[in-house]
Amino acid sequence: MDFGLSEEQTLLQDTIRRWLEGECPTTRVRAIMESATGHDPELWRGLAELGVAGLVVPAAHGGTGLELLDAALAAEVLGWCCTPGPFLGATMAAVALLEGGDAAAQAEWLPRIASGDALVTFALGEGLGQWDAAQLASRVVGGRLSGEKPLVPYGDVADAIVVAAQDETGPGLWIVTRGAAGVSHTTLRVFDMTRRVSMATFDGAPAVKVASGRGAIDRARDAGLILVAADAFGGAARCLDMTAKYSLTREQFGQPIAAFQGVKHQLADLACDLEPSRSLWWYAAHAFDHLPEKSERHAALAKAHMTDVYDRVARYAIELHGGIGFTWEFDLHLWWRRAVFDRAFLGEAAWHRERAAALAGW
Amino acid sequence: MDLRYSAEYEAFRAELRAFLAEHWTAEDKAAVPAPDEGSVAASLGANNRTDERATAFRLKAIARGYLYRHIPARYGGSEQPPDALKASIIAEEFRRHDAPFEIMSQGPAMLAPTLIEKGTETQRQRFVRDTLLGKITWCQGYSEPGAGSDLASLRTKAELDGDHWVVNGQKIWTSNAQEADWMFALVRTEPDAPKHDGITYMLIDMRSPGIDVRPLRQMTGEADFNEVFLENVRVPRDSIVGERGKGWQVSRSTLKHERALIGSPTFARRIFDGVVMMAQGIEIRGRRAIDDPVFRNRLVELEARLLAAEYNGLRLLTTSARGSDPGLAALVPKLHSSTLGYDVSRLAMDLMSDRGCLYPGEPNAPAMGLFGRAYMWYFGMALGGGAPNIQRNVIAERGLGLPRDARR
Repeated sequence: MDFGLSEEQTLLQDTIRRWLEGECPTTRVRAIMESATGHDPELWRGLAELGVAGLVVPAAHGGTGLELLDAALAAEVLGWCCTPGPFLGATMAAVALLEGGDAAAQAEWLPRIASGDALVTFALGEGLGQWDAAQLASRVVGGRLSGEKPLVPYGDVADAIVVAAQDETGPGLWIVTRGAAGVSHTTLRVFDMTRRVSMATFDGAPAVKVASGRGAIDRARDAGLILVAADAFGGAARCLDMTAKYSLTREQFGQPIAAFQGVKHQLADLACDLEPSRSLWWYAAHAFDHLPEKSERHAALAKAHMTDVYDRVARYAIELHGGIGFTWEFDLHLWWRRAVFDRAFLGEAAWHRERAAALAGW
Repeated sequence: MDLRYSAEYEAFRAELRAFLAEHWTAEDKAAVPAPDEGSVAASLGANNRTDERATAFRLKAIARGYLYRHIPARYGGSEQPPDALKASIIAEEFRRHDAPFEIMSQGPAMLAPTLIEKGTETQRQRFVRDTLLGKITWCQGYSEPGAGSDLASLRTKAELDGDHWVVNGQKIWTSNAQEADWMFALVRTEPDAPKHDGITYMLIDMRSPGIDVRPLRQMTGEADFNEVFLENVRVPRDSIVGERGKGWQVSRSTLKHERALIGSPTFARRIFDGVVMMAQGIEIRGRRAIDDPVFRNRLVELEARLLAAEYNGLRLLTTSARGSDPGLAALVPKLHSSTLGYDVSRLAMDLMSDRGCLYPGEPNAPAMGLFGRAYMWYFGMALGGGAPNIQRNVIAERGLGLPRDARR
């Protein structure tokens, strides 16, 4: 019985964090988020060289060959550092291809995902809040995909999109490559400018089937929920850390504001909300890898809970900073923006709680 | 990360189960009537039994190395090497089997480790073994009417008169003072020293002349704690633990043990599981409560907090087994679990719809009003061992590195 990280896992987190602190301080984060596409291929390639793009990709396909827990630990660090880029969609796409089991598609795409040579993303949600594989309206008929995906991470710059849709046999996954006929993208403005989404419209676009049934779709969704939860934890932990540090240096009434119990107690309450929740997403990730009967429910619980906590911590962090926290120049709002994305993307907390209730047989 | 137990531990668990099945039988269980459903005693199960059967069983369990593992054998413990995993397996299996476990009261949990650490050989020999078996029971004489969160301002004084201390003053919030044989108390022996340096840790026989115990009724209606008045109580000179004037340091280690005792989410889990069952069984305006989307959402929201607390416990177990520093994870459980328990109980009150206003035990109260007791009881849980705002200070200062409050 061991519920803790291995030395390798701690080292993985330290390595990514140190690299990002050197390569991607918030000055670069801001440059990327103010760019047209929000995607910095050089940064993504650097992360890929560290192994981040292919953490869950087996070594045989050129990846790091680790588990979702390791990917979630990376997501925590990206959340802590507010790192822009396509990690979430790319990892969901890799999970989808792995779970889909199509050897040809795996051989074609996984090595390029792991090396960062290809940007592959994942398109699931439709309509308003519809992330259920059985309810998808996108249709494939005779190898041609038609439908609309309103929130595709980095869809407008991706080399390929793994699309969840339905054909005459029910749900499945198809790959649509960049520049294919009948595909158009509308770039959308997002609160969180460090994780871009676009609306993809498919009008008879050529699509290659890579998975049948909803299994791979659900696994990719659960992976996404856990990665979002881990990002939320990392971001919230950073907001708390920034606020504790700020409160030690900001002086009012002749003393650091950290000396006021009004400040101390608010920070203590946030720490009390946050710290135990680390174990919740750890457990969800471990369940994804090893406890299949608990996996789906824990992913839903962790996403709903962590994104609530992130929202609360980011909100009080800004409040505790006073006026400076409300300025564009001060970095804190970058994390608050990520909290907005994490809460909304893949579906709101109440829906995931309802799913968790149903999965418990309640 | 691996949540499975290795073969060694699975074998240990199997042996333990066989031991429990053989030595704590249905007959043993039935020998004493069960306490009132929903009472604090019921929540402890067989833990608080100290009748002959329970004592005989505990002695066997100690001989096998299952109980009081951190206490040396010469003082009545089983003196086992520290093993957080075995300790958690033992606690889990004893609870599952409802067998008498280590007695969860202040004597075994707080006084015994303190005596082992700071007491004289005579004190250890005299008290520890009988305390572990519940033959000597203890109450804690710390808080006073004027010394709560600011405990070190306590004023109960002890003055030397020949071979005795003469103690005068008043203690308050003293749980179990009516039944306790002894009190471990903090008293002021050096009135001219700075306040933290003038305190001595003292063992006081509760049958001494001059002690007056007056029950205090809690908001639950029960009287589990008391005021204790001490008037010219004579205490033998050698009844102090540690040096004269060093009682504050002695008591700090004791408080640490109490926080560990209160931080566990096991009680919140029992209530939560009960709340789910009630929600499945109760109909409000013709609809099962569990089918109400609002209740479903609130249940899952609370379950996530509960699971976080439980998995945080697994994490603490691992840091303890590895000997690494748990940091914040060890500082937050008490505040986290007491807040959670209150919130779970409040949901139970809402699930009882309009009958939530009925007092526990009323015949038409759902689940006999069981949850109403927990609802009130959690105020005590939040306050015991230090008020929530004191916990917040500890988290902020030790966990987040914020400055200590100005203290005089």
